[in-house]
Amino acid sequence: MNRFEVEQDPKSRDTYYLNMGPQHPSTHGVMRIKLHLDGERIISAEPIIGYGHRAHEKMAENRDYIQFLPNPSRVDYLGGMIYNIGYCQAVERAMNIEVPERAEYIRIICNELNRISSHLLWLGTFLMDLGAFTPFLYAFDDREKILDILDRITGSRLTYCYARFGGVILDIDDVFLDNVSNFCTYFVERLKEYEKLVIGNVIFRERTIGVGIFAPDLAQKYAITGPCLRAMGHVHDVRKDEPYGIYDRFDFDVPTQTEGDCFARTLVRVEEMRQSIRIIEQAVSDMPDGLFLAARVPKRIRPPEGDYYFCVESPRGSFGMYIASDGSDIPFRLKLRTPSFSHISAMPAVMAGTMLADAVAILGSIDIVVPEIDR
Amino acid sequence: MKTDIIQLFENPYLALGVSIAVIMAYLSVNAIMLIWLERKLSARIQRRIGPQRGPFGLMQQIFDMGKLLSKELLTPKHANKLLYVIAPILVFAPVVALSSLFPITSTYIFHDFNIAIVLILAISGINVIGIFLAGWGSNNKYALLGAVRSVAQNISYEIPLILSVIPIVMITRTMSLYDITLAQETYPFILVQPIALIIFIISATAETNRAPFDIPEAESELVAGFHTEYSGMRFGLFFFAEYSNMIFACALATVLFLGGWHGPFLPDAVWFFIKVYALIVLMMWFRWTFPRLRFDQLMKFAWVVLVPLSLINLLITTLVLKIV
Repeated sequence: MNRFEVEQDPKSRDTYYLNMGPQHPSTHGVMRIKLHLDGERIISAEPIIGYGHRAHEKMAENRDYIQFLPNPSRVDYLGGMIYNIGYCQAVERAMNIEVPERAEYIRIICNELNRISSHLLWLGTFLMDLGAFTPFLYAFDDREKILDILDRITGSRLTYCYARFGGVILDIDDVFLDNVSNFCTYFVERLKEYEKLVIGNVIFRERTIGVGIFAPDLAQKYAITGPCLRAMGHVHDVRKDEPYGIYDRFDFDVPTQTEGDCFARTLVRVEEMRQSIRIIEQAVSDMPDGLFLAARVPKRIRPPEGDYYFCVESPRGSFGMYIASDGSDIPFRLKLRTPSFSHISAMPAVMAGTMLADAVAILGSIDIVVPEIDR
Repeated sequence: MKTDIIQLFENPYLALGVSIAVIMAYLSVNAIMLIWLERKLSARIQRRIGPQRGPFGLMQQIFDMGKLLSKELLTPKHANKLLYVIAPILVFAPVVALSSLFPITSTYIFHDFNIAIVLILAISGINVIGIFLAGWGSNNKYALLGAVRSVAQNISYEIPLILSVIPIVMITRTMSLYDITLAQETYPFILVQPIALIIFIISATAETNRAPFDIPEAESELVAGFHTEYSGMRFGLFFFAEYSNMIFACALATVLFLGGWHGPFLPDAVWFFIKVYALIVLMMWFRWTFPRLRFDQLMKFAWVVLVPLSLINLLITTLVLKIV
């Protein structure tokens, strides 16, 4: 499975440790990977996390449900909209709050735009990890268009706090819908360009095919989800398997690959962007009129006593929220299940036996967001 | 008829001083201008504007130079001071020494040396030692890794580089750069040795540690590679050396394959520099287009593709020369 046999006894050769991080261009944040190296070859890798810990889960235990609204988008600043909406949906399900049709459609559009922007940033930074600087700026340029569109309706560009229990805080207008559909037509063409520029490149293929293969048993051991899991050949997408919101109304495919290497993950993510565009186009054409925020939302958010689990598909995998409620305004416990944490836990198994440059490629290809690991 | 500039002076030390001053002045200005060109060019490729200070952003480089000059020269603790200090000089010095050999015009040349190619190939190898000393002396694992990569890469790519130069020497039966240029009066050697040119350009890109062969300073893996610990003008010297090495490699390619100063209408020197800077733009274009190769793939490419290819090219050249 690994391309090189790993020495059983590391002391039998001259080996050394290299701290990749906490400040390093490729860890995408404050994280450290302790690499045990034999020359350029990695004998073992040990991710050390916690540098950016902000105690989001503890914060949830000290404030009521409404006060926690801005936090989820800070947990994963790239998928902020999805986390923000996901948190609202979790509480809505616990309290059985009805969400108006229009709000559901707005949420779908925002979710998928956010997914594309997250994948674009991943594409740019992944290629920068591989040494190609130019696609980074191309991807950022397109991402900027999404941020502008979302900025216009939400007022923020990254850490959104747009969703409320029972809908969204502000209504959208026709300009927004025009912007979105213009972006869709533009972006479908751009995706073809990306495929030509990136996926067709010989050096890119050399660097990614067969690199960082997730062994089949890893998926269950480490709870791999999202594009990483789909790249291993499993058809798993929360949006399809247990549709939340109104995802069951839309027609989209779950792209999969079988190899489970960096190249497969790239293909899956690029195809996911195309599927997101499909969802957005359907949502824009079906957009109903009506309320954007449910008229009868309880003033005090108090989920009935009990445990609730709700899971959404974030750009990185499934993001789960476990709410243990004691019937009061304040959650007794709010556990956030973040995909990056699971993926980084699998790194020792994936990185062992690869080269130093591969470690950077693998880390880039699984698309980690460090605040999400530390929470 | 050609005139050696050095022979115009009666005092040889004065001649040496003047030559070095002219070359240093040219290389410094050239490096500054190339940094500007690279920034502007990469900006064009990436749909950006690039530096904006002063007319066409030209002042940006001047300010950057001022910054580099005024910065403190830090020496890390436990670094080997001697190696740490001489490393940037060793990287930069060979280029200065060798720049005097290039025949820029048909009339004036600093010094025409009859085994110039041997001298160039030998002395340009010295900068590997400089890079290795920088990595070793910094007492930093990233720097050391970069240095180790650099040595392996430079030695591997020197072989196809030399093998791609030999056919030219075989055709012209001379090692003087002036005579090689003279031999290309009717047609440049790119027409008879296109494969050698391609091998030469690829190897030269690797020798100058430019992307996609920039693994010694691969920023996403090794932070800044061998010059991680350098600051101020010591880092500036590495920066200068990179651009000076570029112009050196491109000038060599111009003389060997593109016919040096030969060209219609325009003066000799103008043609020479047009060709050199066209090649430099090509190298910059490589850098901003391709991802970086992995270390083992890089070595494999040199030993499995480039060396056999250049040997075959050499063999064919020999056969053709024998028959014709």
